[in-house]
Parts: sequence; C-alpha cells; structure tokens
Amino acid sequence: MIRFRYLTLALTNLRRHRLRALIGVAGIAFGVAAMLAILAVVHGAIGMFERILNTDSDYLVFERKVSDLFFSSVTPDQLAAVRARPEVAEAHPMLFGIVSAEDHPVVTCFGIEAADPRLRRAHWLSGSPERFGQKAGEIFLGSRAAEFLEARAGDTVEIGRGEFTVGGVFRTENGFEDGGVFLPLKEAQAFFHREDTASIVAVKLRDAARGAEFKAALEAAEPGVMALENREFSRSYNSFKILHVTAWAVGLCAFVLGGLGVANTMLLSVFGRIRELAVLRVCGFSAGQVAALVLAESLVLATAGLALGAVLGGAVLAVLARLPGLQGYLSARLTAPVAAGVVATAFVTALAGALYPAWHASRIQPAEALRYE
Amino acid sequence: MNNPLAPADGRGAPLAVARDVWKSYDRGRVEVLRGASLTVRAGELVALWGSSGSGKSTLLHLLGGLDTPDRGELQVCGLDPREERARLELRRRHLGFVFQLHNLVPDLTVEENIRLPALALGAGPAEMAARVRVLADRVGLADRLRHRAQDLSGGERQRVAICRALMNSPRLLLADEPTGSLDEATGENVFALLRELARAERAAVLLCTHERRFAEACDRLLRVRAGRVEEV
Repeated sequence: MIRFRYLTLALTNLRRHRLRALIGVAGIAFGVAAMLAILAVVHGAIGMFERILNTDSDYLVFERKVSDLFFSSVTPDQLAAVRARPEVAEAHPMLFGIVSAEDHPVVTCFGIEAADPRLRRAHWLSGSPERFGQKAGEIFLGSRAAEFLEARAGDTVEIGRGEFTVGGVFRTENGFEDGGVFLPLKEAQAFFHREDTASIVAVKLRDAARGAEFKAALEAAEPGVMALENREFSRSYNSFKILHVTAWAVGLCAFVLGGLGVANTMLLSVFGRIRELAVLRVCGFSAGQVAALVLAESLVLATAGLALGAVLGGAVLAVLARLPGLQGYLSARLTAPVAAGVVATAFVTALAGALYPAWHASRIQPAEALRYE
Repeated sequence: MNNPLAPADGRGAPLAVARDVWKSYDRGRVEVLRGASLTVRAGELVALWGSSGSGKSTLLHLLGGLDTPDRGELQVCGLDPREERARLELRRRHLGFVFQLHNLVPDLTVEENIRLPALALGAGPAEMAARVRVLADRVGLADRLRHRAQDLSGGERQRVAICRALMNSPRLLLADEPTGSLDEATGENVFALLRELARAERAAVLLCTHERRFAEACDRLLRVRAGRVEEV
C-alpha cells in the first residue's frame, strides 16, 4: 500500500493562503458555535421542564392523546384513582397556565398543592412554604418573576385579568420555576377555568420497581389517562421532540453555510494551483492521492473550525448565561451524543464541501494543465 | 513485426519506443504529429530538436504518459503509457520530468520539492533524506535545502527540478526545454549538470530543445519536422 504524508503538504497549502483558509475555518467555527449554543439552550430548556415534571417523582400521569401537556386535563376522579393505587406513595397534581403581565406577554403559572415538595425545597427569600394556600388571593413568585414584575411580598400585582397579593418569594435553580408564578391549585383551576382538573400528576412510587405494574393497572382502570415513566416521557413527549429537531435543523443550516464556506475555500484553492496539482501528478501522485490531499486540507479546516467553534460557542454560552434575563434557562452542559453529533457534522460538512474540489483536482490532465497555464 | 524492445547489437536496450504516432488537437483541426517514430536506448542522451510548435513537447508528453496519442504504438520501460495503471507506474518508478519552467511548488522548501516523487511512492523518511542529500550535493545545493523554492534564482530552481526528476532513480529522464528560460551561461551550466548527473545516475535522457548547440552536444540528434522525426 502506498503511504503518503498528506499533512505537511495540506498544511503548507493552507498556510500560503491564510485568509482564504481562515474563511473556511470561520464557516465551520460559526456552524459549531451556533449548534453548540442552540443545542445547549434547547437542552437546557428541556432539562428544566423535565425537572419541573420530575421533581420527587417516578411517573407522570396525564390525559391520553393530547398534543401538549398544557391541554391535558386529569379529572379529580382520575387523580383519586391514582392516589388510591397501593403502589403510590405520593401524587402531586399540577396545573400549567400562561398569562401575561405588563411588559411580559408570557408568564408561566403553576397551580400546585401546598404539600408539593418543590415548595419545601426552594430557598425562601420572603414568606414560607407553610403560608402557601392559606390565604385567598395570594400568589407566590419565583425570584426572577419577582424581579421582572418588580414585586415584593405584600405587594399587589396584576396577573392576567386578576389582581393578587404576593404572599412570598422564593428562589429555585430551575429557570422556568424561578421565572414563574405559583398559585394554589384551587385558585389556578378557577383562574384558568379548568374546573377541578390538573395538567399532570407527578407520582412517587413506594417501590420504583413496581412501575410497570402501576402503569398497567392505572391505564386499565382509567383509560382516559396514561402513565409514563419519567425517562420514557422525555423521549416521547412531542414538544421535546419538536424542540430537538428544530435545534438540530437550525444548527445544520448553520453548518450548511459553513460547508459552503469550505467548498468555496477549497474550490479557490484547487483552481488557484491547477499547475501545481498537475506537477504532483507528473511526480507520480495518483488521482486518488491528489483528491485525498484536497480532502485532508478540508479536514484540517474542520479540525481548526471545531476548536475555534468550541471556544466561540463556550464564550457565547458564558455571555448568555450571565444575561439577567436568561439566568437559569441555559445549560452549558455538553452531553456526549451532542458533542459527537457536532464533531461528526463538522467533519461531514467539511468533507462534503471538499468533494467537488477534490473530484475536480483528481481529474486534472497534467499535459493540458502544463501546456496552457 | 520486430519487437522494438529487443536489444540491438552493441547498443543499450530500447527504453522508449514510439512507432507511427499521430496526435492532433482541436478535434483534429491541428495535426501536430503525423506518424512520428523514435527509439531511445538505455544510457543515451538524445536530443529532440525542432522549432517551436514542431511537436517535440507533444511527443515527450506522450512518451511520459501525460497525454495520449490519437493512434500509434508507444512502449516505455516495457509499459504502454496509454494505459492509466502503466502511466502511474511509469511516473512513479521509471521516468523523471524536467520542464522549461521548472514547475516547483513555490512554498515548499528545496528539500520538500525534491522529495515529492518519493512521497508519492511512499518512501521512508530516512531513505528520502539520504537520497536528497546525495542529489543536492551533486548540484551544489546542499546548503540551500531549507530555502523555499520561491527564494531561488532561475538556475537554482532548474537544478532543484533536475534533482526532483532524479529522486526515484528513473531509467529515463524527459527534459522539455530545460534551458529555455535561462540565460546563456546558466543554460550551459544546467545542460552540463543534466548530462553529468544523468550519466552518474545511469539514466537515459530525451531532451527537447530548439537550441542547436545543446542538440549537437547530445549523443544523438533527432529532428522533429512536419510532425515526423528524422535522424540527423
């Protein structure tokens, strides 16, 4: 097998047209940075929503065949059936709603019971969990919601079409919760005209190993609801899927632009040294070796672009995470599948962008190139 | 028909044979070679002399497998340069090329340029380094190995091109007007070096030139005229 050290030649070719190479690297880098940032934001958001649902629970119960949890209605009878199951240790209903406040068109509302474990786990800045639901007309704010509503305990705030007194403010690590408004479940049901229903019921089992038994029994007894184990829910929930697909699609679009940058760089590189590539053929390089040289150059661009993109993406995330409006919403956590996906996409993009230039380079006829240039 | 590669009495074995070779360009409108034939034997220094546009470079390219003839027979080092696989084998192991415009890679160093044929062949680094030193010593460029090709004079570049052509110890050197872009004194030096080095390396040389003085200094002089080759 013919051995050939492509790297030196590839680096030399890139070094001599630094600006052109830099444009190719920048294309990949922006793709990487965009993808990392978008995925981190989306995964962060999904993770937070998952944590809201999963707090101290093993299973989620919700209405069967609804497209989104916001439209799910679990009736009091169904909630009672859940609670009556012998496998269930705790069951906490939660109602989701969206309202608007002045200058804030979207404020998430959570209707929960006073016994909900998230109230006890929060860090209370004013008020206390014991006060929750004790007084009619009181709402409780996450600290970021208190900040943007400019409200403190005891203040009156206008939420949607109602006026409420702030009963307390607490801080949680979850951005959605921290930016949300909490109402006692009964008040939330009245406010959102949901009668006595909840969006979901978070279920903690006495023995997590009996999950399948719980699910089968509940769904047989209450065909209107379905129970999903938390991980299974995360995998199958349509909204999460749409977010994932959207994030990858937007990221891929960024990469396509990066790929066009690489294609442009490599095409200019090949067209700019037709004679030199012809000389390589004269020196005994095969068509495949010449093509591999062009592909090796694009892989060098991809590697440099990946490194630069990772730094750029990290910097963008660091800046975003420090923006007051986004605190708690971002997760800079890079999972192995995402990292592998970004790396693979960068290399595939670079290679795809270099395919035509490589093919063109491999087709150079030495005599013709040397005769006319 | 006699085998053109059969050894001839008292002379080296034929290395390159062209028989009744035709080549045209522009869809047959420009006929360059019209039945050209020649034989180059091992160890010979043969001049292919003729005016510009006479077809001598075309014949050289055909023998080197850089182009394909419309018709006619070609055999070089026992291989048919019309076949793709044979062309690659010829360029890698049996042939060396020197062009009028040296055709070095300007951003590579002298050493890197000389190494190119060995890289294509997959030679080891130590082996390549030793061979580069020997060749560079012979052409007086041992102290310029780390210089970039673009920093050299015309004569030096052509000396590097000769070293590169000889890197894989070819049996036949195809030189296309190697002195064509040099001044008289430098051209004579390069020609002398080419002849001396080819002899030291035991490589035959087919030299295209339009300069009579270099053509007459070769072992044999072939004239290209009206698309055919005549022994002078």
